[in-house]
Amino acid sequence: MNRHPISAPDFMQQAALRDTQLSRLRQMVGRAYDNVTLFRQRMDARSLKPADIRSLADVRKLPFTVKADLRDTYPFGLFASPMKDIVRLHASSGTTGKPIVVAYTKDDIRVWTETMMRSFAACGLHEGDIIQNAYGYGLFTGGLGAHYGAESLGATVIPISGGNTERQLMVMKDFGVTAICCTPSYFLHLIDQSQQMGIDMKKLPLRAGIFGAEPWTEGMRERIEAESSLKAYDIYGLSEIIGPGVGIECEHQCGLHIFEDYFLVEIIDPQTLEPVPDGQEGELVLTTLSKHAMPMIRYRTRDITALYPEPCHCGRTIRRIRRIGRRSDDMFIIRGVNVFPSQIEAALLRVEGTLPHYVIVLTREQDLDQVEVQVEVTPDFFSDEVRVLEELQKKLVHSIESITGIRVAVRLVAPKTIQRSEGKAKRLLDKRKM
Amino acid sequence: MKLQQLSVFLENAPGQLQLPIDALAKAGINIVTLSLADTEQFGILRLIVEDPQKAQAVLEKVGCVVKVTDVLAIEVADQPGGLSHILNVVGKAGLNIEYMYAFTEKRSGKGLLVFRFSDSDAAIAALQTAN
Ligand SMILES: [Zn+2]
Repeated sequence: MNRHPISAPDFMQQAALRDTQLSRLRQMVGRAYDNVTLFRQRMDARSLKPADIRSLADVRKLPFTVKADLRDTYPFGLFASPMKDIVRLHASSGTTGKPIVVAYTKDDIRVWTETMMRSFAACGLHEGDIIQNAYGYGLFTGGLGAHYGAESLGATVIPISGGNTERQLMVMKDFGVTAICCTPSYFLHLIDQSQQMGIDMKKLPLRAGIFGAEPWTEGMRERIEAESSLKAYDIYGLSEIIGPGVGIECEHQCGLHIFEDYFLVEIIDPQTLEPVPDGQEGELVLTTLSKHAMPMIRYRTRDITALYPEPCHCGRTIRRIRRIGRRSDDMFIIRGVNVFPSQIEAALLRVEGTLPHYVIVLTREQDLDQVEVQVEVTPDFFSDEVRVLEELQKKLVHSIESITGIRVAVRLVAPKTIQRSEGKAKRLLDKRKM
Repeated sequence: MKLQQLSVFLENAPGQLQLPIDALAKAGINIVTLSLADTEQFGILRLIVEDPQKAQAVLEKVGCVVKVTDVLAIEVADQPGGLSHILNVVGKAGLNIEYMYAFTEKRSGKGLLVFRFSDSDAAIAALQTAN
C-alpha cells in the first residue's frame, strides 16, 4: 500500500516519538494545572507540580480522571480555555440524564481532523474516494469528526448521517461510493436490506468500511467482508478524549494503532490501578497530549484491551491495542449511543415514583441491537384494565427514550420473576452473540 | 348485584395460569367464573370467587399481583333486545363499559353478565332509574 504523506507521523522514529510525547505532556500538564481547578486541587493534594513531570513514566504520579468528574463539573468545569477560544461543543450521554460536554479550540479541531485524515489514510483512502458518512451528525462526535477528516483528505464526502436505509443503499449504488463510515451492526443491516432492493454489495466499488462507536467482533468482520466488497476497519475513539480518531486499524487489521503523538496510552489493572505488562489485558487509560480546550489527564476509559508493543507489518511505529471487546463497568453501547443502567433506573423512577425490579436485556436481531427492559408489575401499578397497563408501558418507553435517547421495548413481567442475587438484582443481561 | 372481582397479572407464557388456579384449588376456594384478557405480551385473569378476601390473601401469598374491583352482575332477560336495553341505559348516562363477560349462575340457572363500568355506583343508579 502506498504511504499517504499525511501518515508520516505514524512512522516516526521511536525516540523522536517519545520526545514529542514528553514535551507535549509537560506543556499540557502545565496548562491543565494553571487553568482547571479540579486538576490543580488533585495535584496539590499530592504535592505535585507540573515541573515534577520529567519523564513519560512520571505520568503515573498524576491522578486519574473518570467520567463522573465530567458529570460533577457539568457543563464547563473542566475547560482549560476561555470561551472566546472555544469553537465547538459536543455532548454525549452521561449517567444521570445530563450529557457530558466536551470542547474544542481551533487547534483541537485541527488535531482531530488530522487524526481522522490519518485514520482514513491508514485504510487506504485518499483524494478521489467517495465517502458516505452515515455516522450521526449533531452533538455526537462521530458525524462531524469523520466529515472534517474525510473532506480535508480531499475525498468527496456524502454527509448522509444515520438512518433511512433505503436511501443509504440508493446513494451507495448510484453515487459509486468507495467507503462508508457507520456502526458495524448498521452495515450488516444494510447488507441484509440490499438483497431486498436487488443490490449486490459484492459488485459495488466499496473498498473500505470505517466501523466504530460500538464493540464488534472478528465474526462480524468475516461476515461483512464475505457479503460485501469492502475491507472492514475498526476505528476507536471517545468524546472525552477527542471523538473518533484515537486509533484505527491499518491494512493488516491486527489491532488498532493509537495516534501516540497525540494520545498517551497506559493499560492498568482496574482493581489495583497499577500498570499491567505489555500484552496483558487491562483497562485503557488515555492522556491527551495536545488538547487545549479540555485536556484529559489519565482518563479511565473503562474499555478493556491489551497493548501490543511489537512492530506491525505496515511499518508504523505507533503501537497497537487489541480490539475493544468489553468494558470494565456495565455501561452498554447500543446503536452508537452510550447507555447506563442508572439512566434506565432514573426513567423508571420518574414514571412509577418508586423503583420497580427490572432487568435490561440486550439482544441482536437481524444484526441490529435490541434493548428490552423487563419491569416487574407492582400492586400499585397493576390494573384490571388492559388499556391502563398498555399506557403504563408507553409511558415507560417514552421516559426511557427521553433520558437515554434510544427507543427500547418495555415488557411487563410477573412479580419475583427477575432473578435476584443476594438481594441485589442483576441489571444487565447481554445476550448479544459477540 | 355488585360483586368483588379479583384480577391477577399473568405473563403471556405457557403455564402462567396454573399458579393462581392451583393456589385457589389447594385453599378450597371455589371459582364461580373467570375470564382472561390477553395481549401479545401479558394477560389479566379476572375471577369471581366465593370468598374474595380469602382468595386475595391466598393469591398474594403465592406471589401474584392482585387487584380487587367492583363489578356488576346483571341478569339479562333471555329474549331479543335484553342486552341492548342495558347498553342503551348506560350509554345515555355517559358511562363506559371497560369490559364484560357472561356466566350462568348454578343455583338459579340464570344467565348473568358481568360488567366492569367506569363507575359502578353510577351504573347501578342509572339502571335502577330506568327500570
Ligand atoms: Zn499496522
